[in-house]
Amino acid sequence: MSEPISVLTQRYDVPDAHTLAGYERTGGYQSLATAFDQAPTDLVSQVKDAGLRGRGGAGFPTGVKWGFTPRGTGKPTYLVINADEGEPGTFKDRELMERDPHQLLEGIIVSCYALESERAFLYLRGEYLWPGVRLEHAIAEAYEAGYLGKDIKGSGVNVDVTLHYAAGAYICGEETALLDSLEGRRGQPRLRPPFPAQAGVYGMPTQVNNVETIANVPHIVQHGVDWYRSMGTEKSPGPKLFCVSGEVNRPGNYEWPMGATAREIVEVSCQGMLDGRELRFWTPGGSSTPLLTGAHADTPMDFEAIMEAGSLLGTAAMQMFSDRTSVVEAARNWTKFYEHESCGKCTPCREGTFWLSQIYDRLLEGRGRSEDLDLLDEICDNIFGRSFCALGDGAVSPIKSSLALFRDEYEHLIAHGRLPDGIEAHTDAVDRNSGHGRPEQLVGA
Amino acid sequence: MSDPSTNGSGPAPEIPAEVRAKAEEIVGRYPVKRSALLPLLHLVQHAHGYVSDAGVTLCAELCGLTKAEVGAVATFYSMYKREPMGEHLVSVCTNFACHVRGGTAVYRHLSERLGVGHNGTTEDGRFTLEHAECLGNCEGAPVVTIDYLNYEGQTPASAADLVDRVAAGERPTPTRGFPPEGIRAVQHRLAGLGPAPDGEAVVAQAGRASDQARADDGAVPIPEAGPGVTPVTIEPTFSAGQEAERERARQAVRDAGQDPSAVESGAGPQAREFPTTDPDWEPTDPGAGATGGPADDAADDAADDDQEGTS
Ligand SMILES: Cc1cc2nc3c(=O)[nH]c(=O)nc-3n(C[C@H](O)[C@H](O)[C@H](O)COP(=O)(O)O)c2cc1C
Ligand code: SF4
Ligand code: FES
Repeated sequence: MSEPISVLTQRYDVPDAHTLAGYERTGGYQSLATAFDQAPTDLVSQVKDAGLRGRGGAGFPTGVKWGFTPRGTGKPTYLVINADEGEPGTFKDRELMERDPHQLLEGIIVSCYALESERAFLYLRGEYLWPGVRLEHAIAEAYEAGYLGKDIKGSGVNVDVTLHYAAGAYICGEETALLDSLEGRRGQPRLRPPFPAQAGVYGMPTQVNNVETIANVPHIVQHGVDWYRSMGTEKSPGPKLFCVSGEVNRPGNYEWPMGATAREIVEVSCQGMLDGRELRFWTPGGSSTPLLTGAHADTPMDFEAIMEAGSLLGTAAMQMFSDRTSVVEAARNWTKFYEHESCGKCTPCREGTFWLSQIYDRLLEGRGRSEDLDLLDEICDNIFGRSFCALGDGAVSPIKSSLALFRDEYEHLIAHGRLPDGIEAHTDAVDRNSGHGRPEQLVGA
Repeated sequence: MSDPSTNGSGPAPEIPAEVRAKAEEIVGRYPVKRSALLPLLHLVQHAHGYVSDAGVTLCAELCGLTKAEVGAVATFYSMYKREPMGEHLVSVCTNFACHVRGGTAVYRHLSERLGVGHNGTTEDGRFTLEHAECLGNCEGAPVVTIDYLNYEGQTPASAADLVDRVAAGERPTPTRGFPPEGIRAVQHRLAGLGPAPDGEAVVAQAGRASDQARADDGAVPIPEAGPGVTPVTIEPTFSAGQEAERERARQAVRDAGQDPSAVESGAGPQAREFPTTDPDWEPTDPGAGATGGPADDAADDAADDDQEGTS
């Protein structure tokens, strides 16, 4: 049994945590002195030893990735914060930036020092207006107080930050597409190698890290590797934000150690599924990760266990759907998303998502053909592993997994031209969620 | 819908002098000018409510690009509109977590109520409607945003009421943030410039222009870096050197106590952090070849299959 914890979310209930005064009063910016007393490379080793893994979806060990950045090349090194959060079902970075923006800034300062970088770009999803307003305020305060800028608190360390609003394209969350977008181009993925660690923004060594990843860093530096490893599992240590949505009583962001089970999180934090509904299918890490069923609810939510269960931890966006909801309709909805968000650079994804979405329309309009399921399979196989970037692979995840796990629903649709009895998708709005129990965030109202 | 070239009635819009000054300030923040393009396009939408021809010309001039290059970028991103937006932009999330709680029903109802479809603007120029992909607020599904301020837990009736109230000049409070101030004022913020100077006083206290880093802060601008030039030597894609690089990357993961193959496949197709080689490729430099064990090699091949393909 795990218990909910409160590391990254420790200030979510503090009404003024977003201000410098509130942040400092609750122990903020204390990791800086500890960090600046050590050599940058020591910090990289600590992050490596702590076993921190990227929270942006891939789960790559952060310390190891930092180790790929060359030092002493005479070129500037850049830190890019990936705050483009667009994976359907994911909303952890948003709340983190809204409620505790200084925590992210502290992470940026420590990470820049560890990477010997003096410039960070915060690439923020364009629709994230309110998180942006809170961040701007925090950045301005941090500059005034000498936490950002030149010679931070007399340490000789320089860190400057640029907040950069993006303009609405899911693919720009992919790190190389993000770099192109940050350079003022269409956001299309780049061929690797060269890897961003060696040649990223403007061809300079660059680290791209997720918001939550960077927010973990000051905690590791301040409280140590052993403390960090006391949470989570051996291979996936640390605290984790789980974004639970869909048909549960209290959707929201909940912090648990890695390895908590979906059942625990949903029962304890979300007060279970909506009345009279049972868990039928869910995504463990956003719509790009293969679906799991109710039978997988006791799988520990860590990178290894979820992979063994046949899916991926992704962004830990748990979208929970019940026995009243159609999995085919879900797959169509997400397929339309990928069709819209495909950047068009490579043929399998650009054309394939378009065909897939037409087949889904046909199925759900009762015009499905018996050969459609094989056709779906075939198109998926032509996209998976044959696309230029991981968006293509993500696009077919819900399709392949739903075909494997819920083939009967597809077959019913084709045979009868309608969904099985008892399945209807639209349910009432529910306005109870975790955010609503927390301090209000209103200005000028 | 209005004609973009005339913005409703008058002549094609020009760029006012103070907007140009702001544009220059934005360009001054980036080590390479072209990086300012996305914020500049937001600024153009602040000035004109859409990506106007005069705006494209300004961006092209300030970033050292052709107008076609600017147009190519502007059309890639869904927040840049090719026709003037109404006073307020209403977005309804119809992605699945919202859809199961009624998001699509909300969209349909609003579409009927306003008499416009996706990206359509009402005749009186008050509202532009769009359906949106996941807005990153699924805990509040179904979500409607007005000028990118989120109203959670909407029903078709409550959303229609919301729009009616805004139309009547009221200022309904969103779930968090501040009452909508109009899409053009918001575009000023998205350009990285804080609250718009002509914004409503009550909202102006929300946020501030932050001190932003300047072009050469922590970034030595390199002379050859510039529009269209990425100073990276592109090496032949498959080389012995890269094979060695890949093995070094894998070894580093091993040193950190993890199994590189597991990390690679565990992160799924998303993990493309390792340099990869063509499965059929044979190292020409035996000294630098891969040294992974037999078990690793099988996994590598599988991973490699994932990486290469028709692209
Ligand atoms: C289509 C696509 C979208 C992505 N979107 C995001 C995103 O919105 N935010 C994010 O942090 N990572 C996203 N990623 C993952 C990034 O490519 C990258 O792995 C991540 O930013 C690395 O940071 P981390 O090591 O801290 O996880 C996306 C990847 C793909 C393929
Ligand atoms: S897989 Fe899709 S998103 Fe990725 S490069 Fe190809 S077309 Fe673009
Ligand atoms: S699905 Fe609507 S906000 Fe995420």
